[in-house]
Amino acid sequence: MSLSNAAGPRRSLWSKHKIFETNSIILIIGVLLVISVGGLVEIAPLFYLKNTIETVEGMRPYTPLELAGRAIYVREGCYNCHSQMIRPLRDEVERYGHYSLAAESMYDKPFQWGSKRIGPDLARVGGKYSDEWHRLHLEDPRLIVPQSIMPGYGFLFRNELPLGEIGDEMRANRAGGVPYTDEMIAAARTDLKAQATPDHPGQDDLAKRYPKAQARDFDGDPGRITEADALIAYLQVLGTFIDFKLYDDKANIR
Amino acid sequence: MDPHHEPHSHEIDAHTGIATTGHEWDGIRELNTPLPRWWLGIFYATIVWSIGYWIVYPSWPLISGATRGVIGYATRAAIADDMAELQARRASQAAGLTQASLEQIKADPNLFRIAMAQGKAAFGDNCVACHGVGGAGGKGFPNLNDDDWLWGGTPDAIQQTLQHGIRVATDSDTRISQMPAFGRDGILKRDEIVAVANHVRALAGLPTDAKADLARGRQIFADTCAACHGPQGKGNQEMGAPNLTDAITLYGMDLPTITETITNGRGGVMPAWGPRLDPTTIKALTVYVHSLGGGQ
Repeated sequence: MSLSNAAGPRRSLWSKHKIFETNSIILIIGVLLVISVGGLVEIAPLFYLKNTIETVEGMRPYTPLELAGRAIYVREGCYNCHSQMIRPLRDEVERYGHYSLAAESMYDKPFQWGSKRIGPDLARVGGKYSDEWHRLHLEDPRLIVPQSIMPGYGFLFRNELPLGEIGDEMRANRAGGVPYTDEMIAAARTDLKAQATPDHPGQDDLAKRYPKAQARDFDGDPGRITEADALIAYLQVLGTFIDFKLYDDKANIR
Repeated sequence: MDPHHEPHSHEIDAHTGIATTGHEWDGIRELNTPLPRWWLGIFYATIVWSIGYWIVYPSWPLISGATRGVIGYATRAAIADDMAELQARRASQAAGLTQASLEQIKADPNLFRIAMAQGKAAFGDNCVACHGVGGAGGKGFPNLNDDDWLWGGTPDAIQQTLQHGIRVATDSDTRISQMPAFGRDGILKRDEIVAVANHVRALAGLPTDAKADLARGRQIFADTCAACHGPQGKGNQEMGAPNLTDAITLYGMDLPTITETITNGRGGVMPAWGPRLDPTTIKALTVYVHSLGGGQ
């Protein structure tokens, strides 16, 4: 039994499609080709269009201490509850400050935009609170924000920061495109100690390599470098690289 | 059936009357049921809709930019317009606020009302994390409801503190002073600290340890502490040195806390809000904080 002759041209299309349906390798190649069209059209332009690769004055790679703090931020899953992405919406700009720019994540491998705001956005938390506030808040959030549901992270103050990994961490970031120089990687441990130790002689070199890096005792314990030192140093630099008084919004409208 | 046997396609299934795909497994054939017409209709309609979208909104990437779309929409322009509209809507009320001095705002009930509303909102966004929802503070974070001010409670002093913060390393006009770590840095010995701590309790009218050498404590206080806290312990707002004689305390007036304070020093930090908030918001916050209870 066969269908009427009217289905003739349809039938030839069917028989051409049959090669995909009966040969898994050809099907996979076909699927990859179709998906890559979408990828080329949607992703590739982001790498060459001028308005998507805007460079902004003030961005620098994280210092070794900040980078170590960032690793702790990722390890503890802070991104599960905190975003780092101020959207260009009025209420967000009113509450958190200037909307986030793509360039502000250029040295984040991977970025920490997050997708949930169980806690507030942290894109511009740097400088918003004192170190002491962060210390108390990380130790026991409800001590100062009674309605908070954030867990306490007191152990960060007791864990010494392992210094052995920071060079590898920077090399991995360099492989991902962060412009760490050999000099920066060679000086990583010294820079890390200099940033977390008050009156450390290496702070001038640190500031030369990482402009405007803030060096002080972050965790309230000048004698030791703990994970809390690193995390607070990271939090205090978030969103502070770009001076928005000098940033021309209108020049970048698109 | 031989799996390599070419199946007969387009057979009609006897039960349903629908054509089969020709695939057969163990005598079971797959019906070639067509997609419902309503589904297909929506599917083609969305494709047509997307063409409209390409025309109206920015969409296709080209060599040096993307197509702009006929309405010229851009996210950044949209937020700029949105913020400008907000400013314009506030301007009718807040124009006076931007220009008026703090004294004028206090004298004008209408301006005062606007400043209070804006100040309250900004306080909620920026200040409550440390000073608490009602401004009552906590250990290490000053209570703003009382009339005891570390760096001054006049509107001008409050505005200065808000603008430049306290002990902010990156702000050259920040309020700065440092209580030394008398114990940690070896300036005072252990027994000297105990004596002066008891004297501080005596200054505040609190009971002291019966064994304490108050005369020695008084002497050490005069030599070491009076330069900032004053001979009577009344404090000095020029240096942010707290008044030690009242019942209001930032860290605690029990003996262990006073001992800890003298041993390790204190130096609370308040961020500078100048770089973060606009001048009108800082003015509104000044009015709000000044009104909280203890404004001078």
